[in-house]
Amino acid sequence: MSLISCKNLSVAYDGKTVVNNLSFSVDEGDAVCIVGENGSGKTTLMKSLLGLVKTSGGCIEFSGGLFQSEIGYLPQQTEVQKDFPASVNEIVLSGCLNKTKGPFFSKKEKAKAAYNMELLGITHLKKRCYQELSGGQQQRVLLARALCATKKILLLDEPVAGLDPIVTAELYDLIKKLNREDKLTVIMVSHDIPGSMDIANKILHLNHNGSFFGTTDEYEKSDFGKHFLGGGANG
Amino acid sequence: MADLFSQIQYYLGFTFVQRALIAGILISLCAALLGVSLVLKRYSMIGDGLSHVGFGATAIAAVLNLTDASLYVSIPIVVISAFFLLRINENTKIKGDAAIGIISSGALAVGTVIISFTNGLNTDVCNYLFGSPLTMTKSDVYLSVALSIVVLLLFVLFYNKIFAVTFDESFMKATGLRANLYNTVIAVLTAVTIVLGMKVMGALLISALIIFPAVSSMRVCKSFLAVTVSSAVIAVVCFIIGLAVSCVYVSPAGYTLPTGATIVIINIVVFLVLSAVKKITTLKKK
Ligand SMILES: Nc1ncnc2c1ncn2[C@@H]1O[C@H](COP(=O)(O)OP(=O)(O)OP(=O)(O)O)[C@@H](O)[C@H]1O
Ligand SMILES: [Mg+2]
Repeated sequence: MSLISCKNLSVAYDGKTVVNNLSFSVDEGDAVCIVGENGSGKTTLMKSLLGLVKTSGGCIEFSGGLFQSEIGYLPQQTEVQKDFPASVNEIVLSGCLNKTKGPFFSKKEKAKAAYNMELLGITHLKKRCYQELSGGQQQRVLLARALCATKKILLLDEPVAGLDPIVTAELYDLIKKLNREDKLTVIMVSHDIPGSMDIANKILHLNHNGSFFGTTDEYEKSDFGKHFLGGGANG
Repeated sequence: MADLFSQIQYYLGFTFVQRALIAGILISLCAALLGVSLVLKRYSMIGDGLSHVGFGATAIAAVLNLTDASLYVSIPIVVISAFFLLRINENTKIKGDAAIGIISSGALAVGTVIISFTNGLNTDVCNYLFGSPLTMTKSDVYLSVALSIVVLLLFVLFYNKIFAVTFDESFMKATGLRANLYNTVIAVLTAVTIVLGMKVMGALLISALIIFPAVSSMRVCKSFLAVTVSSAVIAVVCFIIGLAVSCVYVSPAGYTLPTGATIVIINIVVFLVLSAVKKITTLKKK
């Protein structure tokens, strides 16, 4: 069953088209990986799916009973200012907000935040100030927040950027497990082709002049794939 | 020392001092709590702009012979301006700070000109600009107390959302929450707080009540909750000390000190002390 479908989607900034006439659909249980060179519009596409930037043409449809409040999102960059006072716990908990009924967090939501912090190995940083953490630690905090917010689908913009190889491998395992066992649909932007080919069942390749959308096998055989995978990837 | 206490006790015996104290404490609390979010969102100058609009609105009320009910005129006008300022800030094509500058100086100019149409308002002008908590009327105090309790309650109820919209607005939108609604809540609460605070602090100094406690506690606190709680504490303590000093201390020239300005000076002292504390602790860590 399709969760998100885009038809002839175009997005432009100040009249300059970034995403051009793109059509694809994401089914329940999919793990879609979005690849492409810097500036090809991957982040822009993510943001338009989330309604953060206006589309200039075509349409995005949520179907299969998907609501915006069932989405978890990891931004590529958060414009958090340098001296923002916020503890790790506060940030992760804020991910639960789209589920809270009353004005305060319930026991269940606090437990969920604690669970996700444990999952990402940041429980010991709970009380620390976000701005004093390393880049990789910050990334894991935001991932834990995304996991708190998600129910059906997870949108990750370069989740492993800035993580060390061990944590990267752990994170891939985690995403794979969330996708396969917890049946979360995943849409992920990544520059790490071999790593993401292992997780993804579909690839969306964005390019300034055209795009590719299909299964990983089709991608490997396509001109796009051959060109982009080059000799570097042996997957 | 005992002399000082008996003097304070003497002043607390007056109802107008009691009123100023109660209204002032509640308004300082509101301003400090909202201030944390406004400072972090880089909206603190909106407070300044709105207070000038409040001044203009009060002047209009005076011309219409509604001086006693000026709060009923200025609150709606300032709330509406808050909506506009927020819209301008969302619209990236207009420079937000320039727009605030235009509105605030414009409102101040209009207010001053309007006031010259009425007669004999000169001390009142001074009160609008610099505040006069000790001249608050009974109905002003009731309204201020009622409204600030509403603001405080709403702040507590919306606390988690206010944190989220301050920390990361796009994440909030992306995950299906109405970030703009919560921005509007912040704007309305701020507008109400500013109009009420003008009575105490005056149009020129009210933004100090919003900015100082927040920046002071951000010197030393590391979590949003800690910053929020400690700016509330700082605001109340500074208000009480400021009011006491302005009542009790007599300058060598024989005048008591202006209350609003004294409160700001106490806030500055607290800010400097906490900045020094931060410097010293970071030096020690090295
Ligand atoms: N807010 C913006 N205003 C104007 N142009 C923008 C804006 N954001 C992105 N762009 C432009 O849109 C194009 C696509 O940007 P986008 O961030 O989507 O690329 P990306 O594929 O995510 O790149 P990367 O791999 O570096 O993350 C770029 O040319 C960029 O300059
Ligand atoms: Mg990007």
